Amino acid sequence: MINLQSPFVQGSSSVSTIMLLVLLTLLPGLFLYIHFFGLGILLNVLIATITAIFAEFIILKIRKLPAKIFLTDYTAVVTAWLLALSIPSIAPWWITVLGTLFAIVVAKHFYGGIGSNLFNPAMIGYAILLISFPAVMTKWQNPSHINDMGLSLSIFLGGVDNYDAIASATPLDYLKTELLQGKNVSQIMNEPIAKLTQMQWVSFGFFIGGIILLLTKVITWHLPLTYLVTLFVIASIFHLIDPNQFAPFQFHLLNGGTMLAAFFIITDPVSGPTTPNGKIFFAILIATLVYVIRVFGGYPEGIAFAVIFANICVPLIDNLSQPKVFGHE
Amino acid sequence: MKVFEKIFKFNGGIQAKTKKNISTTSPIKQFGLPSKIILPLRQHIGKLAKLKVSVGDHVLKGQLIAEADGNVSAAIHAPTSGKVLSIEKQLIPHPSGLPDFCVEIEPDGKDKWVQIKPTNWKKIDLEKVNKLLLSSGIVGLGGAAFPTHLKLNHGKAENSLKTLIINAAECEPYITCDDMLMREKTNELILGIKLVHEILGVEESVIGIEDNKTVAINLLTKAIENEKNIFLKIVPTIYPSGDAKRLIYLLKGIKIPKSQRSSDYGIQMFNVATIVAIYRFLEFGEPSISRIVTITGNLRSPRNYEVLLGTPLEEIIDDAGGQVVKNNTFIMGGPMMGFKLPSINVPVTKAMNCIISSEPDMVEEKKPVLPCIRCARCAEACPVQLQPQELFWFSKSKQLEKAEEYNLFDCIECGCCSYVCPSNIPLVQYYRFAKSEIIEERQEQEQANIARERNEFRILRLEREKQERAERNALRRAQSSNEDKTKLIEEKRKAIADALKRIEAGGEEQ
Repeated sequence: MINLQSPFVQGSSSVSTIMLLVLLTLLPGLFLYIHFFGLGILLNVLIATITAIFAEFIILKIRKLPAKIFLTDYTAVVTAWLLALSIPSIAPWWITVLGTLFAIVVAKHFYGGIGSNLFNPAMIGYAILLISFPAVMTKWQNPSHINDMGLSLSIFLGGVDNYDAIASATPLDYLKTELLQGKNVSQIMNEPIAKLTQMQWVSFGFFIGGIILLLTKVITWHLPLTYLVTLFVIASIFHLIDPNQFAPFQFHLLNGGTMLAAFFIITDPVSGPTTPNGKIFFAILIATLVYVIRVFGGYPEGIAFAVIFANICVPLIDNLSQPKVFGHE
Repeated sequence: MKVFEKIFKFNGGIQAKTKKNISTTSPIKQFGLPSKIILPLRQHIGKLAKLKVSVGDHVLKGQLIAEADGNVSAAIHAPTSGKVLSIEKQLIPHPSGLPDFCVEIEPDGKDKWVQIKPTNWKKIDLEKVNKLLLSSGIVGLGGAAFPTHLKLNHGKAENSLKTLIINAAECEPYITCDDMLMREKTNELILGIKLVHEILGVEESVIGIEDNKTVAINLLTKAIENEKNIFLKIVPTIYPSGDAKRLIYLLKGIKIPKSQRSSDYGIQMFNVATIVAIYRFLEFGEPSISRIVTITGNLRSPRNYEVLLGTPLEEIIDDAGGQVVKNNTFIMGGPMMGFKLPSINVPVTKAMNCIISSEPDMVEEKKPVLPCIRCARCAEACPVQLQPQELFWFSKSKQLEKAEEYNLFDCIECGCCSYVCPSNIPLVQYYRFAKSEIIEERQEQEQANIARERNEFRILRLEREKQERAERNALRRAQSSNEDKTKLIEEKRKAIADALKRIEAGGEEQ
């Protein structure tokens, strides 16, 4: 028996530290979210976290896997937070629970658990909710009503009678419906709902967190930079062609889940490509699909569908983007 | 002299804690005579050396104990004078943990040299230098122990050697034997470089050294101030910069594929300690009987020792004060590519560059292995630009053909991937396993092929023999029947002729 166990030393990074850093870097965005839209989102995050840990624990027990090791990798918590941040802060509790359960049980564990899932679990959870409950999933908290805690809580607990009182369309949704009404982009852009600066502050929070992820080398530049640049280029081209029909690039970059997706969602390593060129192609694909769905598709936001479609392509992307080996160039 | 020339950075690599200052605070210590000498007959890559002494013989220091068996082998010399006590299998420092043939010598304490004489290397051609080196016992002292004479040639005629590279990178953590040699034997090293430079007939000699060896860099810079063709190139401290092909790329920007040798590109490389050994042999006639070993890690007084080959490691560990935290685990080589010694009851060999007394965190139970999350940190760290996560997948699922297709055999087993893996997957071990499986499969295949070929040949031979026999018979038959026919015809003709004669005769009678 050859006794070769080298190396005998190891670097300090572990799955747990990576995931904890992801959670930490989500905090700036989360704090700004709470600041502008109230505590609803925090309830989302909490209930999603509890559901995810519970579901993960049960499944690990059923699969006879060491619960402590796999629970403390914090991947389930990351999935829960990403999903919770994508769900409207005024959604009833069971929406969040249902989506989280689907993400952890079906999208993650039915495919083999951590490392084996083909699709981004949070995005599968989101897509299922969007298809099943489109009305709830496209209504967002109206920031001018954030002090109405009683109403928020009653909606959270399941009462949707006074829903419209505190809900409003997202800027992306608003743009879409108003364009169909015959208005042009410059008219819409001047209305307060489209200029939702609170939303843009939250995007900025995620951007800051994302930069920290880059600096700490948890992620590489390939995915976020390519994604944002592609979205910028496509939006700019369309806006140049017809400024009345297509919103300027900053509208697309600062609204919806663009920043969250760029740094936290499309960077999921398990369901994404591994090669540098593959990452670039993957990001271009997602950004293009996001724009197409937002502008020409049936949904105001297309990140979940774009990511899921790109996940399907990952084996092919990896296969076609293998870098040259040293000396084989 | 050009110091700040362009450095070509290879992909990835790692910056581990170097832990080199543990063993560089004290100078190299001459260990002196041990109580016994145990000399393994194979301290090199290649064939076991052929024994030239028998039990009971008295040998002198530097006397040939065993000669190189063929070209890919190396000679073994007595490190001190004394009596040959035994020739038998003993434990040697090898990853297999298996015993091998060793000559045990009891030193007589006189340390008396056999007559040695310098070679006139300047006057003889390289071929003769090469023959001499075959008897020197010198092998690569960086740890690989490849016989040195095999590397001292002009290279192929079409691209003869142009560059001599001196590997002074010493990139593995903990190891400092080359660093200390450069500090304390600077002049011998430079003389050695000039010597090898001259006998190889190269245009330039380049010393590649990592930037963490500032003392050695300063000394070398001064020493080569007036040399026109010797250059010092400082490379960043990124493991594995000391790997031959990575160092060549760092210094020259040439990427040499796995399938080719550096000499195909006009480059030859030697480790600093090997250069000094070549110098001492050609200049003074001293064969390879000692080396510098770093004794470091979890010890009371870690340092570098110059020791006679065959010295029991245990005696050196005792001299270094023994382990601070007792765990009786020792690693030979560096922490990235070394191996656990089966015991310290083994002798010092030519390949032993470093012994690390395991630090507590090296022997602790390994962290739990988690599934691969495809984060590709391994690919970012791979100095060969492989995709370790794919190779892991193929090795684990035994898709060996796929693993080969993804260039498994280009892997240099440097361990960078295992080092960075956040899931604690022992990646290199998977690759070693896959490689050995493929090699075994190939050997089996080859044997099966040989057997099949033999069988096919046998069937063919039997068939041919049968056919030949049939042809011979047919021929014989044909020949014999032809003879019969002519005989018959002749007999008939004769009968007719006889009858005609008789008729003629009868007619005359009438």
